Amino acid sequence: MTQKEIMNEEEISRTLTRMVSQIIESIKENDGICLVGIRRGGAYLASRLAQILKTAGRKDVLLGFLDITLYRDDLTTIHDYPVLHGTEIDFDVCGRHIILVDDVVFTGRTTRAAMDALIDLGRPKKISLAALIDRGHRELPIQPDFVGKVVPTSLNEIIEVRLKEQAGNDCVLIQKTA
Amino acid sequence: MAYKRKDLLGMKDLTKEEILYLLDTAQKFTEINERDVKKVPTLKGKTVINLFFEPSTRTRTSFEIAGKRLSADTINFTASASSTTKGETLLDTVHNMEAMRPDIFVVRHQFSGSVKYIAENTDVHVVNAGDGLNEHPTQALLDMLTIRQAKGDLNGLEVAIIGDITHSRVARSDIWAMPRLGINLRLFGPSTMIPKHHEVFGCRVCKNMQEAVEGADVIIMLRIQRERQGKLLVPSTKEYAKFFGLTKDKLALAKKDALVMHPGPINRGVELMSNVADSDQSGVLKQVSNGVAVRMAALYILGIGSNKGGYDENAS
Repeated sequence: MTQKEIMNEEEISRTLTRMVSQIIESIKENDGICLVGIRRGGAYLASRLAQILKTAGRKDVLLGFLDITLYRDDLTTIHDYPVLHGTEIDFDVCGRHIILVDDVVFTGRTTRAAMDALIDLGRPKKISLAALIDRGHRELPIQPDFVGKVVPTSLNEIIEVRLKEQAGNDCVLIQKTA
Repeated sequence: MAYKRKDLLGMKDLTKEEILYLLDTAQKFTEINERDVKKVPTLKGKTVINLFFEPSTRTRTSFEIAGKRLSADTINFTASASSTTKGETLLDTVHNMEAMRPDIFVVRHQFSGSVKYIAENTDVHVVNAGDGLNEHPTQALLDMLTIRQAKGDLNGLEVAIIGDITHSRVARSDIWAMPRLGINLRLFGPSTMIPKHHEVFGCRVCKNMQEAVEGADVIIMLRIQRERQGKLLVPSTKEYAKFFGLTKDKLALAKKDALVMHPGPINRGVELMSNVADSDQSGVLKQVSNGVAVRMAALYILGIGSNKGGYDENAS
């Protein structure tokens, strides 16, 4: 297995800051910003985006986390027992513009599950998608609204987003399996 | 952390890790029960048959709600209105149900060991919803979940189980499971309702109510299981209430924030006085709410248990 770093800590940080500006630009003045991170990688990224927004002086940022395990369409094929991390959204999603945050957008199935999970909590006015990496190979008609980096990949490659909160350091790796 | 068994038959054989996995999963499900839309699609297309050979309202309703909130199709089979009264054997009934391709059986039966017997003779996943005097594992799990929510950590807690220990499957499941998570158990009840060979449980058996309640973090009161007793084991309910009932005064001997629990149905004025059952210290209704979450966890873990292959860690 070969492995290559495609983003380092500094690049991730810069990319997140740029995504924040895109998000601010796209949101109407009085809407507020609701970030919902998809556990687990997306949850850490959503927290960071929220932090950047707060540092930039935005006070109208809501942050939530979504566990989509119960909504997966591949649950019965997961070889180990999935651990539930729990959904924590302590605001009403009804009528809000929700920005889903994930680390990698790939087949689109996670996003599909996340939309279903979100809609079970209420009726958002709009749902957008932000992803740090878009690696292509969609199997559903889903496109992210905010992308950190587009990485063309082949199907036997694996994208790993490592974050301090979980892995100890920040980087994005591309691994090729034989 | 995993649960790799086909069935959930009892707490006796479960490891600490398996119990914690069930509790952690159940804790996450409590959130779904607070939503407006109390449903997730996880077990869509799975069929759960509640096979109840003994009357039950609470447990059966709880399992039915749990299944429905996971989007499983739940069907109730009650023995009184079924072929069992027409002379069909237990296994024939099970095999007939099995032929309709269900995924999970939730079984209650009046004979100890019958649920295990059914589980050994079917490929369908089986959850024990109470078998005779033997076990009632989901009740033990909801007891522990309720205690954990109130006390934070189970390790080192003093828990008293008071009442008809001999005829209580709830007590038995609690007794097998709780010490495994570091709980110190003490038992108390009329000597006619304490098992003859209680040494196997390795719990302290108290001599009077005061000893049983003193310094306890949690007090679990049990009902007299008249329907399972061969002969009358106490002279009168009045006498029982006097020596074995939990009153406000006796509760004052426990820790100040002691939690009072009861698996239900309560006999008010017998084992539990109304001013205790309805007090702030009562966790009785919380137990019922947690029951749904625990049963969702059990159905979820068994229902998705038929694993078929690889999982793409990178599937986003």
